[in-house]
Amino acid sequence: MKIFEVKNLVKHFGGLAAVDNVSFEVEKGEILGIIGPNGSGKTTIFNCISNYFPVTGGKIYFKGQDITGLKTNKVSKLGIGRTFQVVKPLGRLSVLDNVIAAAFTKVKTKKEAREKALETLEFCGLDHRRDVIAKSLPIGERKRLEITRSMGTSPELLLLDETAAGLNPSELIEIIDLIKKIRDKGITIIIVEHIMKVMMTISDRIHAINFGQTIATGTPREVANNRAVIEAYLGEEYAHS
Amino acid sequence: MKKFMPLALLIVLLVFPIAVQNAYYQHLMILVLMWVVIGSGWNVIAGYTGQVSFGDAAFFGTGAYTAGLLAHHFQISAWWGMAFGGFMAMAVAFPFGWICFRLRGAYFALASLALNEVCRHIATVAEPLTEGMVGILIMPTFLSKLPYYYIALALAVFSVVCVQVVMRSRWGYYFLSIREDQDAAESMGIDSHRYKMVSLNIAAFLTGMAGALFMNYMGFIDPEVVFSLHDISIMAILVGIVGGVGTIYGPVVGAFVMVGVHEFFRTGFFGLFKGLAALTGSDYLIVVAKYVSHAHVLGFGILVVLVILLLPNGIVGDWNKLVGRFFPGNKKETAS
Amino acid sequence: MEVFLQTLVAGLLKGGLYGLIGMGMSLIMGVMGIINLAHGQLMMVGMYVTFILFHYLGIDPYLSLFVSMPALFVLGAAIQKYTLNPLMEVDSILPENQVLMTVGIGMVLTEIIRFIFGSDYKSVQTSYSNATFFIGEISFSIALVIAFFMAIGFTLLMAWFLLKTDIGRSIRATAQDKDAALLMGVNSKRITIITFGLGSSLVAAAGTLLIPIYYLFPDIGGPFTRKAFVITILGGLGSTVGAIFGGITLGLAEAFGATYIGMAYDDMIGLIIFIMVLLFLPGGFKRLTKI
Repeated sequence: MKIFEVKNLVKHFGGLAAVDNVSFEVEKGEILGIIGPNGSGKTTIFNCISNYFPVTGGKIYFKGQDITGLKTNKVSKLGIGRTFQVVKPLGRLSVLDNVIAAAFTKVKTKKEAREKALETLEFCGLDHRRDVIAKSLPIGERKRLEITRSMGTSPELLLLDETAAGLNPSELIEIIDLIKKIRDKGITIIIVEHIMKVMMTISDRIHAINFGQTIATGTPREVANNRAVIEAYLGEEYAHS
Repeated sequence: MKKFMPLALLIVLLVFPIAVQNAYYQHLMILVLMWVVIGSGWNVIAGYTGQVSFGDAAFFGTGAYTAGLLAHHFQISAWWGMAFGGFMAMAVAFPFGWICFRLRGAYFALASLALNEVCRHIATVAEPLTEGMVGILIMPTFLSKLPYYYIALALAVFSVVCVQVVMRSRWGYYFLSIREDQDAAESMGIDSHRYKMVSLNIAAFLTGMAGALFMNYMGFIDPEVVFSLHDISIMAILVGIVGGVGTIYGPVVGAFVMVGVHEFFRTGFFGLFKGLAALTGSDYLIVVAKYVSHAHVLGFGILVVLVILLLPNGIVGDWNKLVGRFFPGNKKETAS
Repeated sequence: MEVFLQTLVAGLLKGGLYGLIGMGMSLIMGVMGIINLAHGQLMMVGMYVTFILFHYLGIDPYLSLFVSMPALFVLGAAIQKYTLNPLMEVDSILPENQVLMTVGIGMVLTEIIRFIFGSDYKSVQTSYSNATFFIGEISFSIALVIAFFMAIGFTLLMAWFLLKTDIGRSIRATAQDKDAALLMGVNSKRITIITFGLGSSLVAAAGTLLIPIYYLFPDIGGPFTRKAFVITILGGLGSTVGAIFGGITLGLAEAFGATYIGMAYDDMIGLIIFIMVLLFLPGGFKRLTKI
């Protein structure tokens, strides 16, 4: 069942087309990876979905509803959660408070929010750090908090933006496990990455872009062997081999 | 121990005017209580929601004029201004916030400055309505200071409790989230525009009521006094900053300190210079005393500079830092 | 028709001076992102320096430029070094500390001056204070004309400085990307100190040029800070040439407002322009909303 669709998305910054006619669909419960070298427009796509920038052209559909241009907080309330590439913890609040604030998206009372937050913290493995002030967390845990917070909003679709950047190998394994756990819960995930290895292990399908345009789409295997993709990452010489 | 301090303070405040009959001190305490209200209001929008405002005088003055004009034009008791003053201030806050909250940070602060000036201008030129520079004079309701004191106390307690209740609620989380990271807040489903408005209106309501109280108590207002940048808006900021940004009792501490500082300057270091002048018979010291008493604005300026540099989170906020400075052997271990 | 031309001339000439006033703030705001609410007060200090030199030493304002400008450079640099730079290290909840700090400094400057000189109006009357010359029926104030050309001169000087000298280039680099500049070996702390000093000395020059045809009292700073802000936004942050255009725009707006709407509303007009500029920036809101 198709849960999310982007159709002919275009985003211009001045004269530059950061996103140029990108289209893709996401099935409920799958993990779609969007991959591309730095500056290819991946994060811009996310920013368009949450309406941090207004879209120049194209349409975005969530569960059949047209959400193009919908206010950012409404997008979140509808059930689309998102993390930021450069993490944005609510610095002076505790980890628990960070998630409680997020939980209010779907629940009304403080008691419910606290319960939901504690649940989410346990699920995401941050329960033991709940009273720590967010800004004193090391980067690995900050990224985890970022994901935990968006899980606190009870999303149906989760947009993960470069969650792997800056993590050491063991942290990486932990985050990948968490993402799989989230998927097993039935949440659809779109993950943006530029590290091939990460994408290969978790994505069901991959959508590759470069210079704002789609260059390949398909299973991880297909995309990895796609000539245009190899060219984009490693340069022309490698594409010929 | 810490938990009982507010209660102890409340008891002290309750018996104060009975214990201390001196009208001068009662007057000072009424001012302190008024500043607790204004400071609490400022704290909501600035300390907790992170939108620094230079325009509190706009709300204060609106409340004051509401009370005054009700008496002046309609012969209704100015005490009704306490009820309406808050709402009129909200009526000013609403369009202001609606238009200016799209501005972030320092630009919002500038807009609030402009609001201040606009209100002052309007009050000065709209003579048929506000009597312009002549000001509004009303008959005081009570002869003794006691009733005013207790009303002010009630208002102050109301403000502190109000802030406490709000900050513990859903709204409190929203305000804090907006302060910490507005983009993150939006992605967590928080309508930042709406909640900034809520926060501002709470601040405006409290400050407006304080203004109405001021009108009733002082009996006289004019545009220069109630819309004053230095004496109201900056004082509000100082009360908030000195006391403790983003803390419930910060404004209480701040109000005490700032009224104290204000009096310190106004009386020439509590009459120190006058005393010294009398002692030494020096004319020069008399002149200095006169200047010092007018120099409270200079004092405020220096205080702003020093506080921002050294104690940016105020006495309550930087309490541990302060304690560490004065009692170096007494460092508390913070939980990590 | 004559009234129109006269107003045009008055606005243009005043605009040149305004451009000089705005230039300093534009530089400071463009390079450091600092909104200097003490800008008008710095100009006021420069004017008092000129006043002292004229009143007690008989030195002509045009000569005192050589004193007021360096003096304010030092004052500005000291302010940046001792009160503003340290703020970057301070961890505080309120983000707007820096603006508040400049407000505090403005207050301190105003009150110290008031302490020394009192609140009464002072003036500097020189031989050319009231001198005018005529082209046809239109009168030109000589002092304003000289100020206008000096303002242009300063603009060109600043433009050359920013484009051709090492320090100038470092300033522009810091304005565009502080971290990158740091990586290239630019000492950004030193640059901020120099920039604030430069901005202060420019506004001191404007004050010195203004005082023969204006009056002086301690509270004169506030309205000028507001004007400087408007000029900065109109002309574009960091653009010295833009400041001249912004200044001229404001000068013309005020002149035409005064002539055709009414003198009493002079202040109100300035206030309204200030508010409109805040809300409807050229170059888009975006600039202010996601800063």
